[in-house]
Order: sequence, then C-alpha cells, then structure tokens
Amino acid sequence: MSTVAVLVEHRGETVAQPTLEALTLARTLGTPVAIWLGDAPAADAVSLLGEYGAEEVRVVSLGEAGRVPSVAAAGVTAAVGDAPVLIVVSTFVNKEIATLFALETGAGMVVDAAGAEWVGGRIETMQTVFAATWNVRTRINAERAVVGVRPNTTMAVAAEAHGAASVVPVAVETPEVRETIMSVEPQAVPDGAPLSEAAVVVSGGRGTGGDYTLVRELADLLGGAVGASRDATDEGWIGHEHMVGQTGTTVTPALYVACGISGAVHHRGGMQASGTIVAVNIDPEAPIFEIADFGVVGDLGDVLPQAMARIREHKGA
Amino acid sequence: MRIVVTVKFVPDLQSTRSFTEGTVTRTADDGTMNELDENAVEAALQIKESLPEGECEVFALTMGGADATAAVRKALQLGVDHAVHVNDDAVAGSDVFGTATVLAAAVAKIGEETPVDLVITGMAALDGLTSMLPTALAHKLGFAQLTLASALTVADDAATIERHLPDAHDTVSAKLPALVSVTDEANKPRYPNFKLIMAARSKPIATYSLADLGIDPASVGALAARTTVVDASPRPPRENRVTVTDKGEGGVALADFLIERGLV
Ligand SMILES: Cc1cc2nc3c(=O)[nH]c(=O)nc-3n(C[C@H](O)[C@H](O)[C@H](O)COP(=O)(O)OP(=O)(O)OC[C@H]3O[C@@H](n4cnc5c(N)ncnc54)[C@H](O)[C@@H]3O)c2cc1C
Ligand SMILES: Nc1ncnc2c1ncn2[C@@H]1O[C@H](COP(=O)(O)O)[C@@H](O)[C@H]1O
Repeated sequence: MSTVAVLVEHRGETVAQPTLEALTLARTLGTPVAIWLGDAPAADAVSLLGEYGAEEVRVVSLGEAGRVPSVAAAGVTAAVGDAPVLIVVSTFVNKEIATLFALETGAGMVVDAAGAEWVGGRIETMQTVFAATWNVRTRINAERAVVGVRPNTTMAVAAEAHGAASVVPVAVETPEVRETIMSVEPQAVPDGAPLSEAAVVVSGGRGTGGDYTLVRELADLLGGAVGASRDATDEGWIGHEHMVGQTGTTVTPALYVACGISGAVHHRGGMQASGTIVAVNIDPEAPIFEIADFGVVGDLGDVLPQAMARIREHKGA
Repeated sequence: MRIVVTVKFVPDLQSTRSFTEGTVTRTADDGTMNELDENAVEAALQIKESLPEGECEVFALTMGGADATAAVRKALQLGVDHAVHVNDDAVAGSDVFGTATVLAAAVAKIGEETPVDLVITGMAALDGLTSMLPTALAHKLGFAQLTLASALTVADDAATIERHLPDAHDTVSAKLPALVSVTDEANKPRYPNFKLIMAARSKPIATYSLADLGIDPASVGALAARTTVVDASPRPPRENRVTVTDKGEGGVALADFLIERGLV
C-alpha cells in the first residue's frame, strides 16, 4: 500500500474537520500518515488522527518562521519523505506550500479537488470549475501527486481499525529565506466552524441594509456560519473574513441561504457547488434565483422572522 | 526601477465558459484580461506615479495564444509603458510549472539591460482560480515571495506587504527584487481614459517566441504538463427548482422546504 501524507489543519490543538475528511479520502488511496506543523500535538489530537487512520503523526516544529511559505514547504517536504501522494486542504496558504513542494519534488498538482482515486497507477482527481458549471477529471502524470481538497467534499468517517498514530519528530534545517516577518497580529477565532468548513452558511448582502441581526439569528438557529457578499464587506458592515466568493472564501456547505444577495458571478463562483441553495430577494429578476433550489421573492425582513418562527415550532414539536 | 506586471488572458466571467479538448476555450470575442490583474496593474502604476518622472518603467507581460494580445493591450489602455506577449504554439496546454518557466525567462529578458526590481501578479486567475503561479514564478526567478498582499509599499529598496490570513494579519518585508501578488483589497483599479485608449492602439507589443527565450519547446506545453484533463462535462442544471412569491406565507414555505429536505 502507498503511503499517503496528509497535512493537518489545526487551530492550536483543535484538528479541523477538513483534515478528518482528507484522512478519510487518504484511506481509500493507501496508508495515511499525518503531518503536523507546529508544536507537538497533545494526546487528544494524536488519538483523533489515529481514529481516522493515521499510522504516524510526523511533527515538524518551525516556530513563527513557519509562516514563510518556503520554510513551511521545507518542513512539509522533509516530513512527506518518499510518500507518493500528499493531500492538503485547499486553502490559499496550503496552495503556496504545496506549489513549492511540487517544485522541489517534481510532483504534479491539482487544487480544489472534490475527490481522488488511483486509475492505472496514476492519481486522478474530480473537480468542479467555472462557478460549478463544469465537472472536470484530471490525471496527474507525474510519479508523485499533490492534491488540494475542498472542505465538505468527502464525508469524514472514522477508520474501522485505528491507526497507530505514532508520533515521529521530523528534523528540518530551516532554509535561508529572503522574507522577514515584521509583525503577526493574531485574529480572534469566531465560535463554531469557520466559514469554509461549515455545513450550513447563511449569507447576507446589500439587501440587509447593514443589519445582520436576522442573518445571524438564522445562522445560529441552523447551526451555521455567517457569510456575506463583497458589497457588504466593502461597506464595512461585516468583516472581510465573512466574504463568500471567488476572491473571498469558497464554500460548499450542505445548505447555503442567500439573503438580499443578487447573485453576481463573482459571488456564485464561491458558493454554486453547495448542496442545497435557498435565496430570499425582493427582486424576482435577481440572478441568484437561477441557481436556487428554493427561492422566495420577498423582503428578508418579513420572510426570515416567519421562517425562524416555523423552524422553532418544528424543533419544539 | 523596472516593474513587470503579469496579466492573463481568460474567458470573460460573464460569458458561457467551456472546455475544448481538455483546455479552457479562449477566443478574443469573449476573452479579456483577468479582472484581478487590474489590481496588479494598478499597484504598479501607483508605485510609478509616486516616483519622480522617468524613474520607473512598467511592463505588462502575458503568455498565451494570438488572442492573448488583448490582455496586454488592456494593460496599455490602463497606462503601462510597454507590453510583451510570449506567443508560441508550443506553450499551449502548459501547466503552472511550464507557465512559470516561460514567464521567468521573459522577465529575465525584459531585465537584460535594466534589471527587474519587482514583479506584480494578480492573486488568482478567475478561470482556474488556482493561485499557484505567483509562488512558482517567484521560485523560478529566485525572487522574494510576497504573496496575497492586501497592501503594498515600496521604499528603501524593499517591499513590505500586509497579508491577511485566517488566523492572523502578517506584515512581511523583503529586499528587492521581489514578486508581489495583490488581492482585490489592495487598491481600486482605475478605468482607462480616452487618451490612453487611443494611444494604446498604436503602441507596439513586443512578441517573444520560445526560441527568443532559449526555452526547449519540449520542456513546456501540453506534453510536459504534469496534469492532463481527461474528461470535462457541463454539470446538469439543478432540477425541480421552485420560486415562490411572498404574499404573507413565504417564510413558512421556506421553513417547510428546509424541514422537508431534512436540513433543519
Ligand atoms: C474582481 C472582483 C472580484 C469580486 N469578488 C467577489 C466575491 O468574491 N464575492 C462577492 O460576493 N462579490 C465579489 N465581487 C462583487 C460582485 O461583482 C458584486 O458586486 C457583489 O457580489 C454584489 O453584492 P450584493 O449581492 O450584496 O449586492 P447587490 O448586487 O446590490 O444585490 C443586493 C440584492 O439585495 C436585494 N434586496 C434589497 N433589499 C432587500 C430586502 N429588503 N429583502 C430581500 N432582498 C433585498 C436586491 O434585490 C438585490 O438583488 C467581485 C467583484 C470584482 C470586480
Ligand atoms: N499565462 C499567463 N500569462 C501572464 N500571467 C499569468 C499567466 N498565468 C497566470 N498569470 C498570473 O498569475 C496570477 C495567478 O494566476 P493563477 O495561478 O493561474 O491563478 C494571475 O493573476 C496572473 O497575474
């Protein structure tokens, strides 16, 4: 069986859900080993990685220098060793690390994949492109493959037999770099799943008029994250980290609710692959209705409170 | 100071985009300069305008088929000084590594007499959205990599950027030469004015072939690509879509839909 390296996403000690999805995918391709960048993980994190099949947890401690892509890439390259496949979660940062890994090792690379399999000794990936209007299958011709996977594209399932999850420290010589980190200003981590990982996303656009009370309330009720259009973040109504779209976060939740969002192509590009799409908009001509499974032409100020009342009634029943 | 801005020719977002034989369909009719490269052009022009007249030259660089000229022409309309188009049949089907090899050689050629201090790229091309090229190009050039900049300043022979990552906002600095990729937060691109549009019509566009760049055609293009699209098909539209008009019960209808689908 091939060794399949998985780069772990973690916030402090918390292993992010997409990592468990990536490990689940890795098990279909070979024997997973996890790569942990940062201070050595606590026992809980290690055992969770084992539950999802990791045979080893290779730990690379780089300190703050690890924020420089080429330093992180050197760590990853050392930890991957001769594993033929590396899986990362498709984030902007990981795309940079993985590109440098591929340059170093000659690997072929696909990002934003929704799945991967062996076909005739080569990795093939599945993707949706052009705002989820096309399905594409790509073959990686090189001996080694790097696959960036999108969150919410594989259902995370624990392994039948736990992986050994033996912790293996990996030593790396930090390469000389040209970049100097002048400052790092940590950002508050919001409660609940981050936008990119949430199973439900409720987004508000210009149609909210800047008041996110109803959008947040519905997101809370559905256990989801709050999203926004760029017009809303540009107005300063809500932080940029909430922006859904081609230049913001790409989301593929099971349910996406668009409130007061017209559905510009830039926005659709970041959410069109969602499972079920629901839209509330007063304009019957809004393009969002072209891709909504269920649309309500109406004022979100009327529609959302009524919908929430009905959902609460249902939950209480 | 010499700045190169990379601009990519991509299908217009508003057009119906498709695949032909495993590559993105690109035609002059519905193709254009990648929108996010407008931010890269703007960043370069702002640096130029902050320097005394004549101290900074901005080059726009594209790699692609004959139609890709439209991308550098657009950059000229926005106000760059020079345009370079790497146009060679052998580059068709290049993956990111092939593209980076070609663009790096073109940057080196542009820098033959006066070295290039800064390369500015967009954060992503809105066709594939891979965001891989800037990293690969910085690596091939041996330049410092300052990617995903939501702010950029150049002073004292160094570039400094702000990089907004999910967990923290970083400030990163490097001595020139450097490659910077800018996000759409970095600035607000200008519109071309009439005078520049007229002037761009007659501005020459330098064309390089792979031979001009000393690149073996077999090392780039579809044959050297480490990935091949083996199948591409349009996704079926969503079926059974329903739109209701709220006449006082729209919220209930929405809730019932979610309940029915088991999403609540
Ligand atoms: C290079 C580039 C990149 C971009 N990237 C992104 C991106 O990543 N993400 C993104 O979102 N945008 C992006 N944009 C912007 C995008 O083109 C649109 O401008 C933006 O998405 C529109 O936001 P909106 O839908 O909130 O606003 P609008 O288009 O103004 O739509 C508001 C909608 O609200 C409806 N409405 C008003 N009042 C109510 C009410 N009371 N109840 C219900 N509905 C109401 C209106 O009918 C309208 O349809 C990008 C643009 C560019 C140029
Ligand atoms: N063929 C190309 N010619 C010129 N610039 C390119 C080309 N491909 C990518 N780029 C640049 O690289 C950036 C990121 O592209 P990508 O990595 O393809 O998402 C774009 O915004 C362009 O500035």
